[in-house]
Amino acid sequence: MIRTSLVLLCCLLTLPALASSRVLATGGATSIEGSAGGGIVPWAVINGYGSDDEWSIQAFGTRVAVDDFTLHAAGLGYSWDNRWELSYARQQFKLDTLGGQLRQDILGIKYRITGQLLYTALPQISLGLQYKRHLDFDLPALVGARSRSGVDLYLAASKVWLDAIAGRNLLLNGTVRATQANQTGLLGFGNEHSNRHRLMFEGSAALLLTHQLAVGVEFRQKPNRLAFADEQHWRDIFVAWFVNRKLSVTAAYADLGDIAGLPSQQGWYLSVEGSW
Amino acid sequence: MKTRLLVACALLLALGCSQTPSQSLYQQLGEEAGIAAITDGLLHQIEHDPLIVGHFRDTDIPRFRRLLIEQLCELSGGPCQYSGATMEESHTGLHLTTRDFDRLVNHLITAMQQQKVPYSAQNRLLAMLAPMYPEVIDR
Repeated sequence: MIRTSLVLLCCLLTLPALASSRVLATGGATSIEGSAGGGIVPWAVINGYGSDDEWSIQAFGTRVAVDDFTLHAAGLGYSWDNRWELSYARQQFKLDTLGGQLRQDILGIKYRITGQLLYTALPQISLGLQYKRHLDFDLPALVGARSRSGVDLYLAASKVWLDAIAGRNLLLNGTVRATQANQTGLLGFGNEHSNRHRLMFEGSAALLLTHQLAVGVEFRQKPNRLAFADEQHWRDIFVAWFVNRKLSVTAAYADLGDIAGLPSQQGWYLSVEGSW
Repeated sequence: MKTRLLVACALLLALGCSQTPSQSLYQQLGEEAGIAAITDGLLHQIEHDPLIVGHFRDTDIPRFRRLLIEQLCELSGGPCQYSGATMEESHTGLHLTTRDFDRLVNHLITAMQQQKVPYSAQNRLLAMLAPMYPEVIDR
């Protein structure tokens, strides 16, 4: 294990410059699925602060504690050239009231097609893919999910308007996602009838109060395909503190709606991200 | 009459306290002296950044400094007229990349922070400079 890590480290060190030239906060936070974004929505931004010919690695840990459930998410990311982003996340969803847990792995890749978040009139536009695989599929299968794994494909557009409101910079993001997932995959993929993708809209707005502090809101439309219980849209309100280019902390209050028949799941979200 | 005067004074005070455009960006940047200090701060940052200092090897620094001060002064609404070439012309041959641009933006922010320029004024200036990105890159 140590040997592998050392070899990996040596490989990383032979790559182009490790530097962080981009402006603070332009890497966003890391979403619960491992992709750079807000907390629940992937944005068009590439994680970390690497610019052209630079790369960075990220690590994150997130905990969302709502009334009857607790989600733990943790993962790693690698970005280069402010063009590509690779990510891995493990989610553990604890059923505090019902008992048991649901886990899934998420592999993500994101490609920036065009645009520069801060500089171009055109928004920054990225295409992303998330491959999700459930590790405790018995329960999702029992409630009607068809498949253990699924693929989300999304197109995201993000732009920052400098000096937009009271001298502050405003970030708007819109994401369209094609998904098969029930409760983002935590309840498997598809239903008895179909495993087809559905198009969902997700959006975020954030205002940078200072170079280091942002406040914002997010919305994530969700399908409702399993007959056993209603699935509802997610939303949150957040504050993110970019301590420096290496560390950021995000806190949010999230409303995840009904989950698995338990109504109105609300609670706190806390996430820490490191970037090198 | 007295009441009106009081109201007018109160209004002026309120306007003075909030950072509304009642104060021009030029004033918020500290006028001529402030802009010169910001420019010197930026030049200092560039000089100590091994990743971009090479682009300025053949640059006439005193002239570059004078033109940059002129440009920031004019952009911010000050009593100056930029006498240099267009952005495309002046950056041709510098071969600036997006990374260089990112670093220059960071250096400018640092220089403005050092001069205690209010955050809103920093953003007003950056909002004017950011659209120059396509005119400056890869020339």
